[in-house]
Amino acid sequence: MEMKEITQERIEALRAGHKVLAEFHYEPRPVERGYAGKTLYVNVSTNTIGAKPVDERMKRTFIGGRGFDLWLLWNAVKSDTRWDSPENEIVIASGPLGGIVQYPGTGKSIAVTISPLTGIPVDSNVGGYFGPLLKFSGFDALEVQGIADREVIVFIDGNAGLVQIMEAPEESVNSHILAEEIVALFGQTPQEKQGVSSVSSGVGAEHTLIGCLNFSFYDPRRKLTRLKQAGRGGIGTVLRKKKIKALVVKYVGVKGDSNHPTDLETIQQVGAKMHREIYERDPIMFTMRLDGTNHLTKIMNDYDILPVHNFRYGSHPEAEKIYSPHFQKYFVYDAPDGCWYGCTLACAKFAAGLELRTGPYKGQTVTVDGPEYETVAGIGANCGIWDAHAVLEANFYCDAYGIDTISFGTAMAFAMECYEEGILTPEITGGLKLNFGNADAMLEALHQMSRGEGFGVIIGQGVRRMKQIFVERYGADPQFLQDIGMEAKGLEYSEYVTKESLAQQGGYGLANKGPQHDEAWLIFMDAVNNQIPTFEDKAEALHYFPMWRTWFGLNGLCKLPWNDVEPADNRTRYKGIEAAKVPEHVENYVRLFRAMTGRDDVQSGADLIRMSEAVYNFQRIFNLKMGSGTREHDAIPYRSVGPVTDAEYESRAERYDQQLRELVGVDPSGMTTAEKRQALRRYREAQYEKLIDAVYKRRGWNERGIPTLEKVRELGIDFPEVVALIEAHTQKGT
Amino acid sequence: MRKVLITHNELCVGCHLCEEVCSQAWFKEINPAKSAIRITELGNADWGMAVCNQCGECIAVCPTEALYRDKAGVVRIKKDLCVGCLSCVGFCPTRTMYYYAGYVEPFKCISCGLCAKECPAEALAAETLPD
Repeated sequence: MEMKEITQERIEALRAGHKVLAEFHYEPRPVERGYAGKTLYVNVSTNTIGAKPVDERMKRTFIGGRGFDLWLLWNAVKSDTRWDSPENEIVIASGPLGGIVQYPGTGKSIAVTISPLTGIPVDSNVGGYFGPLLKFSGFDALEVQGIADREVIVFIDGNAGLVQIMEAPEESVNSHILAEEIVALFGQTPQEKQGVSSVSSGVGAEHTLIGCLNFSFYDPRRKLTRLKQAGRGGIGTVLRKKKIKALVVKYVGVKGDSNHPTDLETIQQVGAKMHREIYERDPIMFTMRLDGTNHLTKIMNDYDILPVHNFRYGSHPEAEKIYSPHFQKYFVYDAPDGCWYGCTLACAKFAAGLELRTGPYKGQTVTVDGPEYETVAGIGANCGIWDAHAVLEANFYCDAYGIDTISFGTAMAFAMECYEEGILTPEITGGLKLNFGNADAMLEALHQMSRGEGFGVIIGQGVRRMKQIFVERYGADPQFLQDIGMEAKGLEYSEYVTKESLAQQGGYGLANKGPQHDEAWLIFMDAVNNQIPTFEDKAEALHYFPMWRTWFGLNGLCKLPWNDVEPADNRTRYKGIEAAKVPEHVENYVRLFRAMTGRDDVQSGADLIRMSEAVYNFQRIFNLKMGSGTREHDAIPYRSVGPVTDAEYESRAERYDQQLRELVGVDPSGMTTAEKRQALRRYREAQYEKLIDAVYKRRGWNERGIPTLEKVRELGIDFPEVVALIEAHTQKGT
Repeated sequence: MRKVLITHNELCVGCHLCEEVCSQAWFKEINPAKSAIRITELGNADWGMAVCNQCGECIAVCPTEALYRDKAGVVRIKKDLCVGCLSCVGFCPTRTMYYYAGYVEPFKCISCGLCAKECPAEALAAETLPD
């Protein structure tokens, strides 16, 4: 956030530019048992607005959140729809448990679109107030279709029952200013301001494919607007393609019973118990309230999992320089930091007093939310930048420009390795010296993305397109780039080294949207604790945990309060994988779901898993509809599997030599490093294929990774188009 | 300056009259689950007396600024601002921020002293302490 106040004169100038292009009136009705019962459709090409009913089958099959998003998007797009086609949509939803204020982590929105990076649906979850306020305004989801012919804002007034598409020529595009302008435009009192939330992006999203969405919430104590990011998959790029400056919702009057649950008492009991658990346990467990997710950086470095120099290595002697204490000095702890009411885990961190050293806002002292672990690991460790200030500055500018810090970090690290390998030269990069550790070059490339010029724009196309460009224009070795380019399905990897965890290689490679860790994180269970030794064990984990984590996205929930704090007796009552499931918290969610919806048929965690399984398989089939979704698209770069180069091998030679002897059955003595590397590679790549076979079998898919007809019937997703797709692919294939 | 309900556990006889006075005053019914002071039997004729000491730690965890300290130093809840998230209930060091299941907003002792006036054992006193 910029600390400057928006003047009254500025607000009037913004208002003067507004011209209503379309208007829709509706009667606001209370949410019942967690559902508004309608979704909102907005088309910015045709300037049409309407409401659609949510029927019982939609609720039963897709639950809400990501499920509703995918169903609405499925019905909106064709198999040849591209990210920039007018029919592509951005769909945003909360979920039936969204907006509970008594339980932590209940304010998430889930955004879905056809991704510019992958060409398939991407789902990205985000804090901030938008999703719950949208629901309390009367809509379980918002679909935005079309491409406007001028800059617009979509405004939803949930108290008045009014939706408008308005021309908005004067507002800023960069989110850190725009979000403040929106709050000033639509909120007067502190309570009104807290009732306003916007979704926006920035100029960087216009010139790259890695644009993020910023979801805002107003912080009444600090009297400013804060931003949370739906980072993955380039949804911000789609928003700016549609010429939408902001989606805005205003709803004043959130209360602990706004969802009108079946059983408020149970929600209060479970919630109060959980607040107490966080009060007692967080300070001695993961210190989320103090450090946010960046407490992970030290842990990852200690376990050789922190990506260093484009995932070559898992640790670095200088990593200490970007551990939590170096960020704590920027953090201010004078207000609760939850990104929705009642989130006492409060991982959002408020960094203040950051004086910018570069870029268009150079010299300004700004504030920024974060940094998250992924940002520190991606822009810091992965690019070899051991400088907390540079990481925070990049974090600020990424948010302001609407750039995903994860794709930015991974794409930058790839470009840096290419530069160090001589594939890129200063002539090609326009003078940018992209050596690992060059913070100034990293920041300049980011500013180039905002200006739409220079080599930064190439980096902003993402790793998959960079590989093509470097091969076609600069004669790079395609196999080498395939090996070191950390993307799968077109999406950049998030920030964990998976070389020693076969299960997590699958966790990334099999993730529906591409390699993001929100679907599965199995590294400790697999590589550190050796709790899932066989292929069947790993396949079971790659069934349970992705389904379990999917459930949060169906309900408008954050995953963190599930296992980033645990009951005191969790590790004594339960062992191994059962402890990793945190059964008491699973039971909390069963109770919450039943208390909200009144669905007495939901009795156990297995009932929740089944909800996810339907949506998860549906998303897999959605990938198939878009021309992906089969085995070859689950391939992963070798950098995520094992050492690509001699230097990587030699850095952990003892470990790899031992594996050659004990696992591969090869005596490494007398072999060259390259020979040893090749022997290890053959073994590890074969292991990955065996894992895929086991996971497909466990999930009820055929050997090409397509859900069987039997499976889709069992899950109740046997819609005619789904059946036709599977039949066509099954005949064509095996 | 802080107006606080002082408890003398050693004098408490466990009659629970304070709970009745409190719930009657603020909820118009006699119901210990609606009292801002709670008396629990500890055994050996000892009684625990749980009531807010006005430390104010809850103020910092409230996301809506519904909790504040008034001129008398008493921590109070603005019900119109409170969304009922119960963060304050979980984060109260003395577990004396209460809620009644089904009512959205929590409640707490505001040192009104009504219970102290009625206490037959003189185990309670509303006093103003220096900061």
